[in-house]
Amino acid sequence: MTLYQRRKLANRIVLGLSLAATAFGLAWLAAILVTLLTHGVSALTADLFTQMTPPPGSRGGLLNAIYGSLVMTALATLIGTPVGILAGTYLAEYSRGSRLAEVIRFINDILLSAPSIIVGLFVYEVAVIRVGHFSGWAGAFALAIIVVPVVVRTTEDMLRLVPDSLREAAAALGAPKWRAVIQISYRAALQGIVTGIMLAVARISGETAPLLFTALNNQFWSADLNAPMANLPVVIFQFALSPYSDWQSLAWGGALLITLVILTLNIGARLVASWSTVKK
Amino acid sequence: MTSIPATTAIEARIGRWARGQKRYDTAFRLGTTFFALLVLVLLGGVIVALVEGAAPALAKFKLGFLVTEEWNPVTDEFGALAPIYGTLVTSAIAMLIGVPISFGIALFITELCPPWLKRPIGTAIELLAGIPSIIYGIWGLFVFAPLLQDTVQPLLIDSLGNLPGIGFLFGGPPLGIGIFTAGLIFAIMVLPFITLVMRDVFETVPALLKESAYGLGATTWEVMWNIVLPYTRGGVMGGIMLGLGRALGETMAVTFVIGNAHDIHASLLAPGTTISAALANEFTEATTDIYLSSLIALGLILFIITFSVLVLAKLMLLRLQRSQGT
Repeated sequence: MTLYQRRKLANRIVLGLSLAATAFGLAWLAAILVTLLTHGVSALTADLFTQMTPPPGSRGGLLNAIYGSLVMTALATLIGTPVGILAGTYLAEYSRGSRLAEVIRFINDILLSAPSIIVGLFVYEVAVIRVGHFSGWAGAFALAIIVVPVVVRTTEDMLRLVPDSLREAAAALGAPKWRAVIQISYRAALQGIVTGIMLAVARISGETAPLLFTALNNQFWSADLNAPMANLPVVIFQFALSPYSDWQSLAWGGALLITLVILTLNIGARLVASWSTVKK
Repeated sequence: MTSIPATTAIEARIGRWARGQKRYDTAFRLGTTFFALLVLVLLGGVIVALVEGAAPALAKFKLGFLVTEEWNPVTDEFGALAPIYGTLVTSAIAMLIGVPISFGIALFITELCPPWLKRPIGTAIELLAGIPSIIYGIWGLFVFAPLLQDTVQPLLIDSLGNLPGIGFLFGGPPLGIGIFTAGLIFAIMVLPFITLVMRDVFETVPALLKESAYGLGATTWEVMWNIVLPYTRGGVMGGIMLGLGRALGETMAVTFVIGNAHDIHASLLAPGTTISAALANEFTEATTDIYLSSLIALGLILFIITFSVLVLAKLMLLRLQRSQGT
């Protein structure tokens, strides 16, 4: 075999492997989605949305868990988003080239990939031990801590894309900086910021680890945020590991539900992001 | 001559307005600074809370905590060796399998795939990254582990298990759940993270460099290996470390499939535990203070490991950015 043939052969082999790797990666996505659909669809009945989590052996749904998840996710977003947006604003608008901003950006990126179970431990230490019991507030607080770094990151990135000429034009018209930020920069970066918030919501709606020792779980209907609160991920965790087949089936239904919500949010976020580029 | 007082009145009003605006300006700037500093406080708070919580256990077991395998809630004897071993071994398996595959996918996206296919494949990989770990867990327990038990594991035991030298790694019965299964699921989970970083850093290679190499007659693979990889070395390492950080801290998926046994077995197919799985499983069942404190100490160890890995990853990615002058 000549050198040329050998090089060509090596190239073919590697490219074939690369193609196989891509097929392999995408196959997992397909495999997971197919399994979720086949196991979960039968559990997606009206009962799932109208009944409470049952004791083993009887019929029921996930209403209290769905409600708990919705409330805690909404609260976490409400708490985490303003903090994240303002911190991101500082990084993009007020701290060009400052040392402090570099440190904050660095720490924020680390928080972004830090294990979420550590966040759960932290909230357990500061909120659960002090108060003396698990609570919905502690769960929402833990999720809010996960929202913050995601929103900081996207807000900063999006504000940086706003051209400086816009800011200068605002300044030339006599607008003070805070108005320029709110009425010019925020408005120009709106789609990007909304995308970031949606991705953050998608991220926390499946988070289980930080809720295990903060919100815990609740077998019954409870709208009291000062008491342990049911939530989908922890219910899925408990039910899936249980030996009862009706609990396992509910876990599959919940898993399908969460995945559908997250995929919708992810795809929606991408649509929102693409609108902004179309307009420009 | 009534206009003069009018002008001064207007000036006074403008002055008042400007002073008011200045106050708003300061308030807004201070507000944003406060919340930015909150991010730092958050990290500080996490460290303080973990150290405080872990203090009783560390005071009792000293450094022996790190090297003791014993984990006995009845006698209140705790050691972190088995969870640390499980965490490191599962992550190592994940990296061994995940990194080459991620590299393959990134290579496909940047060099091979037709432009119209780039976006859909990229989106699919991002969706894979968005699937929460509990979904991987339930899927791993009910679908993946039985599959491994029936097919891959008997094969490994019969082939590699008989080899001298490494045979002990693949001994024992095929249980389905265990360290090996957890490592494989980790590999699938970190795959999208590493792939996305690799794709992004590969895109930063100037077209001029690649075209020069193609012009000299290099094949796609030679361009990749001799031009793109050396140029993006730091970024690729950063991406790998980022994936490693994810794998080390992964909780829910592993809790489902690892078997939760505080033992160290020579065989990779045996059940084990990881730091995060131990926390998820035992935290709400911890009855004594020293038990709880030992678990928090485990959390502290996990935090130190992932924090170091992530800092390294970030530094490598930052260096690449700087060298590009962006």
